[in-house]
Amino acid sequence: MKIRVKLFALTRDLAGCEEVSLDLERPVTVGAIRQNLGETFAELRPILASCAFAVNNEYAVNAVEVQATDEVACLPPVSGG
Amino acid sequence: MVELTDLPVDAAAITRMVTSPTSGAVVLFLGTTRQFTNAKETVTLTYTAYAPMASSEMEKLENQAKARWPVDQCVLIHRLGEVPIGEASVAVAVSTPHRRDAFEAASWLMDRLKELVPVWKKEHWASGSTDWVHPGLVHRSDENTLQ
Repeated sequence: MKIRVKLFALTRDLAGCEEVSLDLERPVTVGAIRQNLGETFAELRPILASCAFAVNNEYAVNAVEVQATDEVACLPPVSGG
Repeated sequence: MVELTDLPVDAAAITRMVTSPTSGAVVLFLGTTRQFTNAKETVTLTYTAYAPMASSEMEKLENQAKARWPVDQCVLIHRLGEVPIGEASVAVAVSTPHRRDAFEAASWLMDRLKELVPVWKKEHWASGSTDWVHPGLVHRSDENTLQ
């Protein structure tokens, strides 16, 4: 199942793109996406443990299951304000 | 009311938006961009966001503040793009019947915003280099920690 993941700030710079596409076997969880992102993009590996993930604009922990139509985002620690 | 904007923050307009005859207190907090962080000089800052989620997280915070304090009006605005030194990058304004609630609600909103709203700041240093600001970012080499 193809999952697209939006990247922001440092993760976007390190990967060199705004969005990546991953091919994962069902059932897909946020944890599997986090793991696969690190395996596919070595430059992201050192910081992925510090990143949060969001599914359809909601923060999502590793156990959350993801469907192909869901919008997934990898969020490095935020620094607004 | 929440907003992400590329335009300068208009403090007077925000104050008018939250002022109400039923409230005896208006608190407006502006987060302004700072020239020096420790000894390093900043020339300018740029802010970027995951806009749909940033808006929905700010709306959640507004609703939570209204559930917890007797908030009359609430405005949360975050500026995006380039913000020159000394200008406001964020505004939090609340009105309540009494001052203690207004101070508490504004302080809580600002703390939660910095914790939860997906907005990122890039420092453009006087030296010519740039850095994303990611508080708490840990650079681990051991990928076993990922899960």
